[in-house]
Amino acid sequence: MSRQVFAYIIHKDGKADDTAMEFAVAARKLDANAEVTAVVAGTGAALDAVANEVAALYKTVWKIDNAALEYPVADMVRKALVGILPKDAVVLVPHEHFGLDMAPGLSIQLDSPYIADVVDFESLDGGTLNAVRQEYSGMVSTHVACDIEGGAVITVRPGAFQADENAAAGGTVADKSGDVGDLTVGRRYLETVVAEVGDVDITKSEILVSVGRGIEDEDNLEIVHDLAKAMGADVSCSRPIVDAKWLEKSRQVGTSGQTVSPKVYLACGISGSFQHMGGIKGAPFIVAVNKNAKAPIFQVADIGIVADILEFLPELTEAVEEA
Amino acid sequence: MEILVCVKRVPDTSENEIQVNSSGTDIERDDLVYSVNEWDNYAVEEAIQIRDRVGGSVTVMTVGDDESEEVLRREMAMGADNGILLSDDAFENADGRAVASILKAAIDKGKYDLILTGAQADDGAGQVGGMLAAMLDVPYASLVNIIETIDDQKIKVGREIAGGNQEMNEMNLPCVLSIQTGINEPRYVGIRGIRKVASVEIPTMGAGDLGLDADAVAPKVKRLDYFVPDMGEGAEMLEGSTEEIIEKLMELLKAKGGIKS
Amino acid sequence: MEPALIPPAEAAVLGIPTIIFSVLIPVAGVALFAYIMAKRIAPLVFSNPDFRFDRIPERVAAVFKLWLAQWKQPRYRLAGVIHIMLFAGFIILSIRSSSLVVIGIYNDFVFPGLGGALGHVYNFFKDYAATLVLVAALMAAWRRGITKPKRYDVPEKYGKPHTGEALFVLAMISGLMITESLFEGTEAAAAVQKGLEPEFIAPLTLAWLFKATMTAMPEGGLQALHVIAYYIHDLIFFSFLCFLPLGKHFHVITSLFNVYFLKLDKGAVKPVKWGVDDEKLDELESFGVKTFEDFTWKHMLDFYSCADCGRCSDQCPANAVGRPLSPRFISIKARDYAFSHYPLKGRLKESEPLIGGIYEEDEIWSCTTCGACEEECPLMIEYIDKMVDLRRGMVDEGNVPQSLQKPLSALEKRGNPWGKMEKKRAEWATKDKEFKAECEVKVLEKGGDAETLFFVDSISSYDDRIIQITQSAARLLRTAGIDFGVLGKLEKDSGHEARRFGEEMLFQTLKEMNTEAILATGARRIVTADPHAYNALKKDYSGLPPVLHISELIAEAIQSGSIRLNGNGDPGKVYTYHDPCYLGRHNNMYDIPRDVLDAIPGIQRVEMEKSRDRSFCCGGGGLMLFYEPIEEQRMGQLRVEMAKAAGANVIVTACPFCMVNMEDAIKTSGLEGEMEAIDLVELIDRHQAA
Repeated sequence: MSRQVFAYIIHKDGKADDTAMEFAVAARKLDANAEVTAVVAGTGAALDAVANEVAALYKTVWKIDNAALEYPVADMVRKALVGILPKDAVVLVPHEHFGLDMAPGLSIQLDSPYIADVVDFESLDGGTLNAVRQEYSGMVSTHVACDIEGGAVITVRPGAFQADENAAAGGTVADKSGDVGDLTVGRRYLETVVAEVGDVDITKSEILVSVGRGIEDEDNLEIVHDLAKAMGADVSCSRPIVDAKWLEKSRQVGTSGQTVSPKVYLACGISGSFQHMGGIKGAPFIVAVNKNAKAPIFQVADIGIVADILEFLPELTEAVEEA
Repeated sequence: MEILVCVKRVPDTSENEIQVNSSGTDIERDDLVYSVNEWDNYAVEEAIQIRDRVGGSVTVMTVGDDESEEVLRREMAMGADNGILLSDDAFENADGRAVASILKAAIDKGKYDLILTGAQADDGAGQVGGMLAAMLDVPYASLVNIIETIDDQKIKVGREIAGGNQEMNEMNLPCVLSIQTGINEPRYVGIRGIRKVASVEIPTMGAGDLGLDADAVAPKVKRLDYFVPDMGEGAEMLEGSTEEIIEKLMELLKAKGGIKS
Repeated sequence: MEPALIPPAEAAVLGIPTIIFSVLIPVAGVALFAYIMAKRIAPLVFSNPDFRFDRIPERVAAVFKLWLAQWKQPRYRLAGVIHIMLFAGFIILSIRSSSLVVIGIYNDFVFPGLGGALGHVYNFFKDYAATLVLVAALMAAWRRGITKPKRYDVPEKYGKPHTGEALFVLAMISGLMITESLFEGTEAAAAVQKGLEPEFIAPLTLAWLFKATMTAMPEGGLQALHVIAYYIHDLIFFSFLCFLPLGKHFHVITSLFNVYFLKLDKGAVKPVKWGVDDEKLDELESFGVKTFEDFTWKHMLDFYSCADCGRCSDQCPANAVGRPLSPRFISIKARDYAFSHYPLKGRLKESEPLIGGIYEEDEIWSCTTCGACEEECPLMIEYIDKMVDLRRGMVDEGNVPQSLQKPLSALEKRGNPWGKMEKKRAEWATKDKEFKAECEVKVLEKGGDAETLFFVDSISSYDDRIIQITQSAARLLRTAGIDFGVLGKLEKDSGHEARRFGEEMLFQTLKEMNTEAILATGARRIVTADPHAYNALKKDYSGLPPVLHISELIAEAIQSGSIRLNGNGDPGKVYTYHDPCYLGRHNNMYDIPRDVLDAIPGIQRVEMEKSRDRSFCCGGGGLMLFYEPIEEQRMGQLRVEMAKAAGANVIVTACPFCMVNMEDAIKTSGLEGEMEAIDLVELIDRHQAA
């Protein structure tokens, strides 16, 4: 019997997360011969919509519909999964706030090994999986080996696998709701308190458009906000901008400001003092735009562009908007 | 409330100085300095604040070698009442699951209402808390950045989810929570604080004391090597006309996930 | 000589001899005064020790200069002159006033020594003194009541203004002068009426005026006025005495002691506890000042001595940029605490924590320890040691801002606040090939020796910008033919700021490691380009070879001709020298850097209004770079404006932290291109003749 891989699909507002597409690719990379099943949990019409959406990507979709899962509390989802998954299941879970909540415990209850935050699958040799993960905020990577014959719970970093836009599985949805049993757990969801608008936590941002004194004037900040909006990024800055009170302190990157770990950091008119760079962790993809070709930022950036940000940024914004 | 905080000694990565050694078997540890995992430090501060509010005691526990005693002392200097070191040669290669098993065995020897861990560590995977909860069969919440005590049966817990939003939950006690940074402002511990607790006895428990056999702590996930993801020296400078530069940059940004909308 | 009028000692009202009052008023006054003073001294009994009974000649000299000669008063011209008039008048009149008290009982009393000609001379001067004091009091009242200088304002958060108290005291002083003169004037007028030879009264004095206008008055009126004036004087005199310890005029009594017990070593920081050696610090139960009783008796005396003149806060850079700190109110709030917790009547109040009580955390962290307040205070009140003690208290409680915790723990682990690797400490010398080719630097981390040890310190070892200054310094040392070396990874942060931020044990650890490493090199002297390191090695360390700031060595080398400078006057450049706090105020090194600067041929240099001991702090060094103060403006920006106002376009400094702050300020003020900052060492390096 071929290996059974289950991709747990998170969703919001009736739409599947991007990881749904990524996991289809990841599962094949893990084991091209595996039988891959997507699992969705929730309730009602929203869940049906997600299940149908996911069926386009996976041959089989298991649906767990339970009124208690209207808000999928991790303890509850775990209980439901333990009820239906085979012992030797290889389960893929997105490595984000829900996955972190649910997956480690699942590995214990399934008595399977747990591999966290995988960014790539290197090889599968017999039953031994060789996967790549990162440590120390992405400064170093490691290969890890694990016997997955008896199953495994693996969290996969969102965005690590490139989605296959052309995938078309035409799968079917199987309703597993009847098998999950009682979902009473010791943790009850109360409410979600939405963060105040304008109160951006740049430490959690994935893309940052960061502005330094190259912006010259407060009025010019508009071009930075425009670019950030177009890119879906947040705006951060270096100390002089905060000192000038052009942006709030919570947006300052650096040793005396916030420590950020985005995926992409676009440094605009920032010279790159080590006080500033000390606030950037996790080896993001750094693009530096600075009119001074000798600015130290170019030492640490991945991509450098010698240009006046006042001219360059509006053009970039235009290009991003068109794309 | 009897609170247990599980802590860990980790290399200090505040300066980007982590390098892979020449054989690729480990990171270069010669010039590393170690400290208590940052997330764990917040957990201890939170535990101390809860204790100061509702009474009880705070115990810190770690799985590690003799040098790990240093982080227990630091946390005791902060205000934790007791420290327990779980140390044994057999624990040396313990993976997350093994660490959770060791902690579970030690926790079974005491009685705790609330167990805290850090949400993650720089050299870890954010797994021990969740595994521990499952082993103890108690509720679990990760990335906790608000704790409100209600009574001795339950607490209210806020989790940090996407977009800076808060997911509020009510949880039965005992439970395990993994703590996110920013939940509080940990107090400062200087050399003086540590010296004050330098002579406090810290009990050590080994595999035998905990009734663990080698199999229970054998790693299931083995690290094969370390390597450095490609980073390159200095920036690749984009040259040419503005149009050309922007075209190339757009390509790169898309590839790196720099354009969301 | 027969008195023209019946003196108070012999007079009677309604048959009651007034001598009764002459006795009762002083007895009651002195008793009340003694009672109040005993209550005031009470907290000092609970205080911490302070060793101030040594170095008597220096202290006496300080009293002559700072107290008797009122050395610091003229720094604020008008207020200073008025104060000198009042002070001098008080000193002169103290004899007359004491004599008057006795005269009420023994009419023939003459102050010992003033019986003969000297007495006449004294009388001549004291009449002028009284008049002068009256004029000064009226001028002071005018300032307090009408012109109201800004520095007397009391911001709402600090309490109520003290103008009423000031005016009341000025009224009492005026009353004393008027009654004294009236007492004398009436007597003289009566003498004139009776054709007796009156006592000579100096012309154009108040008493002279009374005499001249009252000769036509009936004798009965003169007699009544004479006695009434005496007793009003007596009453005011003792009321005044008892009023002094109730407020800001306590300084009239305490100033002499406060100046005598002054801190003699500028730039140094007091030990955690006087009498406890560094090695025994671990045995202390508590560190620093947490409650009022943790202050030393001298620091309590400081609080009592504050005259609320506002000069400290007027000079304080933190106050100027809107940080929540005003040194004046550090004193006033503590004084009010002492008054309310050690009340004149009733039981002592329970001690309360100072932080969160009368002081806020940010208030105490806001101080850059620049010393401008202490430099200004006419009464030699200390602030830096109190700030350090209060910070020690907070550190001991773990109460340290998050922004400071990281650099402190990096200092503990890596010996520098950025957590940079130890092995990279000398990379400024070893990694830069171009520099290495022209200037080989001996790194003594694996042994070796050098005649001079170049102590680099953290920022000058690791900061990309400051490294350029360090390299310039090394080149100059080489040109000067000095055999020097650096400690490399054996060097740790000097700990100067760690200590001033209250982390004493961390400082002690760094000090021990540095001391051992320095002594192991066998160097005969130490040179540094960082005034903070200079101050630390000189004042905080002990047992080291002599410590020099690099400008001293450069000055020597220029003098001897080993460093030769050329220059074309740098057309278009106007230089101004910014005194770093730890070179200037804390170490009195004002002229050497200026001499070095002026040695560049044709250089054009101007002085800022605030220079030398009134230099304005750049924003603070060391850990202050990490602290996030609440402020409206940055100190550096104000300083750059001052340089601009002086007509300069190049700010020369001699401190790496000043450089960081100035360059930042130039950029944030939008003055790039118009204004630049350069270190003295770099400037000299650039002007080295080939």
